[in-house]
Amino acid sequence: MARAFIKDEERVDWHDGALWYIREKRDIAAKQIPEWEQLREAASMIKSNVISNLHDYLLQFEANLKKNGVIVHWADNAEEHNEIVYSILKAKEINHMVKSKSMLTEECHLNEYLEERGIEVINSDLGEYIQQIDHEPPSHIVLPCIHKRKEEIGELFHEHLGTEKGLSDPTLLTRVARKHLRNIFLTRRGALTGVNFAVAETGEYVVCTNEGNADMGAHLSEVQIASMGLEKIIPQKKHLGIFLRLLARSATGQPITIYSSHYKKPRKGQEMHLILVDAGRTRQLGRADFRDSLKCIKCGGCMNTCPVYRKSGGLSYQNTISGPIGAILAPNLDMKMHADLPYASTLCGSCSNVCPVKINIHEQLYKWRQEIVKEGYAPTSKTLGMKTMAWTLSSPEKLTTAGKAGRWFLHNVPFVVNNKFNPWYRQRDMPEGPKESFAEWFTKNSPKK
Amino acid sequence: MTTREKILQATLNNQPPAIALPDISLFKGEDKDLVQKYMTVFKSIGGNCFLVDDIAGIQSIVTQNYDAAKRIVTTVPELSSQFELISEEADPHSYENIELAIIKAHFSVAENGAVWLTEAVMGQRIIPYICQHLAVIVHADTILPTLHEAYEKIGAGEYGFGAFIGGPSKTADIEQALVLGAHGPLTMTVFILK
Amino acid sequence: MTVGLFIPCYVDQFYPNAAKATLQLLQKLGVDVVYPLNQTCCGQPMANSGFEYLSQDCNNRFIENFSSFDYIVGPSASCILHIKEHLHSDKNEEQAAIIRTKVYELVEFLTDVLKIEKLDAFFPHKVGLHHSCHGLRGLHLSQMSELNAPAFSKPQYLLNMVSGLEQITLDRLDECCGFGGAFCVSEEAVSVKMGKDRITDHTKNGAEYITSSDLSCLMHLEGILHRNKSSVKIIHIAEILNATI
Repeated sequence: MARAFIKDEERVDWHDGALWYIREKRDIAAKQIPEWEQLREAASMIKSNVISNLHDYLLQFEANLKKNGVIVHWADNAEEHNEIVYSILKAKEINHMVKSKSMLTEECHLNEYLEERGIEVINSDLGEYIQQIDHEPPSHIVLPCIHKRKEEIGELFHEHLGTEKGLSDPTLLTRVARKHLRNIFLTRRGALTGVNFAVAETGEYVVCTNEGNADMGAHLSEVQIASMGLEKIIPQKKHLGIFLRLLARSATGQPITIYSSHYKKPRKGQEMHLILVDAGRTRQLGRADFRDSLKCIKCGGCMNTCPVYRKSGGLSYQNTISGPIGAILAPNLDMKMHADLPYASTLCGSCSNVCPVKINIHEQLYKWRQEIVKEGYAPTSKTLGMKTMAWTLSSPEKLTTAGKAGRWFLHNVPFVVNNKFNPWYRQRDMPEGPKESFAEWFTKNSPKK
Repeated sequence: MTTREKILQATLNNQPPAIALPDISLFKGEDKDLVQKYMTVFKSIGGNCFLVDDIAGIQSIVTQNYDAAKRIVTTVPELSSQFELISEEADPHSYENIELAIIKAHFSVAENGAVWLTEAVMGQRIIPYICQHLAVIVHADTILPTLHEAYEKIGAGEYGFGAFIGGPSKTADIEQALVLGAHGPLTMTVFILK
Repeated sequence: MTVGLFIPCYVDQFYPNAAKATLQLLQKLGVDVVYPLNQTCCGQPMANSGFEYLSQDCNNRFIENFSSFDYIVGPSASCILHIKEHLHSDKNEEQAAIIRTKVYELVEFLTDVLKIEKLDAFFPHKVGLHHSCHGLRGLHLSQMSELNAPAFSKPQYLLNMVSGLEQITLDRLDECCGFGGAFCVSEEAVSVKMGKDRITDHTKNGAEYITSSDLSCLMHLEGILHRNKSSVKIIHIAEILNATI
């Protein structure tokens, strides 16, 4: 899975260092708020309340959206969601749309769906724009091209935007993108945004960006669409105080994103739509061990702290949402395809402890492993190996024999173990086999009672 | 069964027994040195901040730092003699070429440097995003400690659009190098009116 | 008070000196230690791989061997954590529940139960403390860097009692070493890279020895150290605390 990425050690060190630096910024921001741990606890409890009252909150949110003049749609899955977006645009004869960050629409493969039907979509977030022109999905939910070097981005800009070859200065490249995207914003009649928080009490939703791209698209559009996963609901307006204090600090160490835009009613002459999307969320809701994964506010903090993620890169996970949170969401979507993800972890627990809503990610990873084995997705060889291990390890006589045998081999014919068929041995020496085990020494040396 | 019914039914079937909301009333900020705190935070984000006595003070700073030949717009009536008043009726696209927009905030927040604006004070929703440079006037006695006080003040809110804006637009998408000025304004200046 | 000594399977087989040091240290501190010879494995290797259901025999064996003691102490944070969180029995759940409250990793037993304030120990070397994840975030042997909470460290507290010992400061306080059970072979390349990076943090900050409550971590790091012919050695914390002139 991470095989390709890890081969380039210099790149791994750079990627790892970049994300660790963000983890450190997060730590500094968290330590400036004395009530940080209470905020996390409150946020977690608010989300528990949401998950356990989701039905009523959805109805309340819908009613308030309608009162505000927003047109509400419901989509069961990706296909339905994409169809809805398409029909909204087609009704207004819109063939070009600008889109700000929405991991949900990545999950739904919206861009491809629309492009196939003759509608051009441009991602306006700089990182997502870069990934789009490179035909790659985002590797991180907040920092889409964190895995790319500036020289690589410069090369892409040279190819697609006509910048001079070799230009790699981030400021200059950003200025070129600014000019290019500005023209997009000014000419697109359709704009789509994601939703960070949807307030049931008032029927408004909040979109957080640093670039201002969501607003540039939305406020110049004739038709504005917001795509949202069911779990983005929060009960009351005042809860935004809790979540907005946690979100940016957890994500990048900023006290708040530059723009926290509260969309409530359409502009005069503008149409506003909101699509509520299930796409596996109600199924996860029904899983007692895993429903808390729906608390996620998509800060990416777990990715920044995860040593496996930092040294493998998000694209190794082969799922729209990668990293620790991705590994507990994906098996719900397709257990067979994503059976390996919960195993791509040492269960170190760092993720659970940076999570602003206190999702017990590492415990869910352990539980998914039990589920995956139970459902039969563990390879037969592993199952046989485990059964043998259980048989050996549960009996003192068998364990002593096996241990003695193992140590004997290591001592006398090490090549039986130290060879290329032993993955441990690739880059590590095996432990030495001592002459006697502790039990043997104890039996010899303890006073007879 | 419509999709709506299907989703609502599935949600009802699958959600766990209700868990109560926590009491968040104890979260509050400290009402101390708010102007100082605000200025420190806002400057650390890359914004410019000036403490001024009156509108005339703002006028002179603007004239000194911005090109009068370029288009400068405002929603502030006291500045309308010098600068163009924003029209609520105009096509938002027509504001494409504004160099500087000077608007007034409802209040600002010390812990994160953000100002709270609604349509009513923006003139048009696009204004604080489309301008090359943004200037916001904040009354010193409207600075609040944290977002908790902010949302208490906002309440349900009767706006069609509202926003916290906490500095010049930015991105670090290219190798984590911080660049001020992404798609929104290149700079942001806050004038704190004593 | 009697203490049942729990020596994890791989410690028994591959690192008997750590087990000896644990026994001797406890005896030195006046503890009546019993070592049940019929003990086996805690079942963690199966459980962590998703085969928790296969660890029933190991669980029952553990309950059989250890029910009679006031405390159960073992020199392995990960095994102790596993017992604390996952010891269940289809035959004797009541006993299992009791045992879960009586198991202690060695360091926390010394600080929380024996409450020792000094040690007659001498280890004149530069030592890097590796916080095993299970010990740190599972057993809370020290404060983890993720939380905004007061700092503390039980292993460091004990190491401070050892004369001649100098503790080095790491760049990254508590990053995972990459062992992770089956992960060490199923994701071998990432596992080794993680181990290499932890070692680099220790060596660039001057460590001669790397110590921990978990020999699984140390076994993994030792494998890399030996392969790279490093002079840095691993040592279980029991052996340091038990070291004299």
